[in-house]
Amino acid sequence: MRAIGIVLAGGNSKRMRELSNKRAISAMPVVGSYRSIDFVLSNMTNSHIQNVAVFTQYNSRSLNEHLSSSKWWDFGRKQGGLYVFTPTITAENSDWYRGTADALYQNLTFLKNSHEPYVVIASGDCIYKLDYNKVLEYHIEKKADITVVCKDMSPDEDLTRFGQVVTNDDGRIVEFEEKPMVSSASTISCGIYVIRRRQLIELIERCAAEDRVDFVRDILVRYKDLKRIYAYKMDTYWSNIASVESYYKANMDFLKPEVRNFFFKQYPDIYSKVDDLPPAKYNPGAAVKNSLISSGSIINGIVENSILFKKAYVGNNCVIKNSIILNDVYIGDNTVIENCIVESRDTIRANTTYIGAPDDVKIVVEKNERYTL
Amino acid sequence: MIKKEMIAMLLAGGQGSRLGVLTQKVAKPAVSFGGKYRIIDFPLSNCINSGVDTVGVLTQYQPLRLNTHIGIGIPWDLDRNVGGVTILPPYERSKGSDWYTGTANAIFQNLEYMETYNPDYVLILSGDHIYKMDYEVMLEYHKANNADVTIAAMPVPIEEASRFGIVITDENNRITEFEEKPANPRSNLASMGIYIFSWPALKEALVSLSEVPGCDFGKHIIPYCHGKGERIFAYEYNGYWKDVGTLGSYWEANMELIDIIPEFNLYEEYWKIYTKSDIIPPQYIASNAVVERSIIGEGTEIYGAVKNSVIGAGVTIGEGAVVQDSIIMRDCVIGPGVVIDRAIVAEDTRVGAGAQLGVGEFASSTYDPKVYQFDLVTVGEHSVIPENVKVGRNTAISGETSAEDYPDGLLASGDSIVKAGGVK
Repeated sequence: MRAIGIVLAGGNSKRMRELSNKRAISAMPVVGSYRSIDFVLSNMTNSHIQNVAVFTQYNSRSLNEHLSSSKWWDFGRKQGGLYVFTPTITAENSDWYRGTADALYQNLTFLKNSHEPYVVIASGDCIYKLDYNKVLEYHIEKKADITVVCKDMSPDEDLTRFGQVVTNDDGRIVEFEEKPMVSSASTISCGIYVIRRRQLIELIERCAAEDRVDFVRDILVRYKDLKRIYAYKMDTYWSNIASVESYYKANMDFLKPEVRNFFFKQYPDIYSKVDDLPPAKYNPGAAVKNSLISSGSIINGIVENSILFKKAYVGNNCVIKNSIILNDVYIGDNTVIENCIVESRDTIRANTTYIGAPDDVKIVVEKNERYTL
Repeated sequence: MIKKEMIAMLLAGGQGSRLGVLTQKVAKPAVSFGGKYRIIDFPLSNCINSGVDTVGVLTQYQPLRLNTHIGIGIPWDLDRNVGGVTILPPYERSKGSDWYTGTANAIFQNLEYMETYNPDYVLILSGDHIYKMDYEVMLEYHKANNADVTIAAMPVPIEEASRFGIVITDENNRITEFEEKPANPRSNLASMGIYIFSWPALKEALVSLSEVPGCDFGKHIIPYCHGKGERIFAYEYNGYWKDVGTLGSYWEANMELIDIIPEFNLYEEYWKIYTKSDIIPPQYIASNAVVERSIIGEGTEIYGAVKNSVIGAGVTIGEGAVVQDSIIMRDCVIGPGVVIDRAIVAEDTRVGAGAQLGVGEFASSTYDPKVYQFDLVTVGEHSVIPENVKVGRNTAISGETSAEDYPDGLLASGDSIVKAGGVK
């Protein structure tokens, strides 16, 4: 393959509220059976990128557990592998990753020791399917220095948490504004970059020499007139899950047949760690409508417009609507849950009620004792 | 030096002809079970859960599905530096090349494989039972008795005992006599076809009886060991154990999984059953769907009604369809408005819109009344059933059928359509 992959998975976001207390966003369970980082890793392996480094920093235990074996994504070969780079104290450095460019700088030997001519950099908190080879071909055709994968969004969405770009007719980025106060353009950066490896090393070294630490602010924005930075427009499904609202919406998107069809039925597949759980079980009293149910779940109550992650247990006479129930949650009898996200490994007592609002989803974190089989 | 205290030899070469069209293209151990598993997953998972990490799988009949399923044993953690899972097909040699002619003959032909591991004990298993069993406990028992052979046996109702191989034991559980399907059983302990042999005893018996045609454990090896006065013990097992050798027992064993608290519980944390999971997405239950008392595999999409059924992974059940008391295996597409009652539909089958399976009254099978006697519509894998046809009860279908195969749009109860390569 012509490229190595780098996955930026160190981040945390206040916008995830309680959900990021116990894990990095990239380790966030999504769509019932997956973790957020599965999408980028599957895209890498499906693009025949064999050498992939994941940069982690914030609360990476859950992420490390998920990545403990690389076989699920078919990495871990004699040629290539999956590497997890957490910040370490060295003779030259005693800092955490101070930013994305700093993270790259601290792992510059990985870049230097590789032989592939290109690097694909992507974040671990987006849900999409993309053949990076197509971006790479575009990159070469445009003789670009850096190619940024971008997407045209609907102007009514709140785009202020993304980088916004304006391109000329050729696709070259002429304006790049990171997380602006007021959004002025509707084309956003998806946080996926293709760049020649030597070019990246050079830029990162110069960045470090000037004590600059952020890839977007200190490289993309600063160099946009000096370097040929191009936008590759992606026209298939893409969403970022780094806020509670967008996380909820992205999950609910999978209740639409076209989204499921694109991710689950069309080539190539998305891979994930397999948990060896039995099939989902529907007992008398189960009434499930318009919902996604994952393996290992046992359902005795009503579930509507919701997503049950793996090993959810729903008791008798429960009513669960418009909610996301994360992995290994036990819900006691007669419980009502609406417009909520229930944190993984929660134990919800019988006869309780949790109601959020459609535009203000409630996050439920309940650590009760569990007395079950 | 390579040394394994106990290795397992798993007999997976049989056709399982009593499963009719279900085993037309696959060996019985590779038949789907319980929404996501295959029958062989149970003995393989028992092996790894019991700490037996060296397993030879003897294949012969239609092994492709088994080979791809087992691969190098990754799902069961049987991909090992030393040992692990090895598939052992019959092979050609400079003279006297043979198929496996019997269970013991198959093991005999793989003496060399077993010798590689210098085992003290060899566990003989078959790939057609559903159960959870700790072979390590059985081995402890074998050692404590200083036994040459230990046979796992379970109590069965005395009125059914005449269907089994029965062992008669003394007060120390040492076996004094065997009765194969006795008319008047003197004991209710039935052999489960699970044996632990001390290696010298096994090797000696296999070599001595190597010329016996169709050499079989139950018929030849065990009686031989018994005749020699070797110490043969019965290990009594009292858990769930189900032979899924007939369409009736196969269907029943699947249906038992959907009980509220099933006797054979797949949801326990302890003693997990592993399988190759290549379909990952969650299942989708649509707004107009009804799902009751069923288990459903990954990635399946249900738009119709499903009751008392076991549905595999990657299945689609169309709008307005009604599936009840049935088993639908992975990757099937059940069209809109289809009605399925008491059927087993094997993998990757397409049922056209509006078809009805299981209509009318029971009639005894004109095709093979021994196999098809359980009032089930049985559809082999990769079959196609055209739109709007009616299929009677106790029928068999295999292959791509078209409307012409159904005179007046009906396959009468007890009839069958078995296309290309059908075996009776």
